[in-house]
Amino acid sequence: MTTVREGDVREVVLTEEVTRTQLVQYSGASGDYNPLHSDERFATEVAGYPSVFAHGMLTMGMTGRVVTDWFGPEAVLSYGARFVSQVWPGDRLTATATVVGVGDDGTADLTISTTNQGGEIVLAATARVRLA
Amino acid sequence: MALQRFPIEAGHIMLFARAIGDANPAYYGAITGDEPVPAPLTFVQASAQFDPDYPLRPRIGEPWFGSGREATGRGAAPMPGDGGGGTGLHAEQHYTYHRPLRAGDVLTSSTVQGPGWEKQGRRGGRLVFSEMITEYRDAAGELVVTARTVGVRTEKIIGQGSDA
Repeated sequence: MTTVREGDVREVVLTEEVTRTQLVQYSGASGDYNPLHSDERFATEVAGYPSVFAHGMLTMGMTGRVVTDWFGPEAVLSYGARFVSQVWPGDRLTATATVVGVGDDGTADLTISTTNQGGEIVLAATARVRLA
Repeated sequence: MALQRFPIEAGHIMLFARAIGDANPAYYGAITGDEPVPAPLTFVQASAQFDPDYPLRPRIGEPWFGSGREATGRGAAPMPGDGGGGTGLHAEQHYTYHRPLRAGDVLTSSTVQGPGWEKQGRRGGRLVFSEMITEYRDAAGELVVTARTVGVRTEKIIGQGSDA
């Protein structure tokens, strides 16, 4: 059983540098082949973005590790996220999870934020885990 | 969207875990032979692979809107609703896990439209939100994962602040 108290914090560096290759990997694994995430020419010339950018679901998937490394993949009861800001190739991402409540029912609630190298929040998430 | 069959496969979990940069050995049972192989938290998103009509995958023999000889593909259809041009964006994603999802499970899914609402954005003009709720059930018909997707449509490109 994982014992935690309100206020406990874990921080994980998710990646030192988001790469375009990782965006291609995620496109292939997830099946979301939107060229905004893999096709620089399309993203810049047609869609008007400065470059390709990460799938929000890639950032959410990467962020899940801060919860599953702590409690295990099978202890998670819920996980939800709001996509706050875009993630670009070159970004360094850090996820921080904080225990915000421990229930009498053997569950704990977490808030999670993922930030880039500039300290800007890119993803704001919550999770509930089973402790027993 | 309803999926007839979404088999949860160890090899697919391995590829997905690599893509999200997660080295947890539990996800690599396809190589080690260890079981059970749990699915990463966001794995059901990969159900797109098993949707014959998923719009963000090139279809064999049909035009695709990504670049080829030109920056956008030949005879490209209008870009699908949640991709390109900065009009349709993924705002939130929520999962409820009713039990752990593992390799070997075979899921079906059904999706219903949830509520919609509007608000005025700081940068994107008028924002129209809509919700989709997808239930993933196992071969016995038991609920395994409920996914709630919040999408937002904007009137102009958002350079920062949300995601596709």
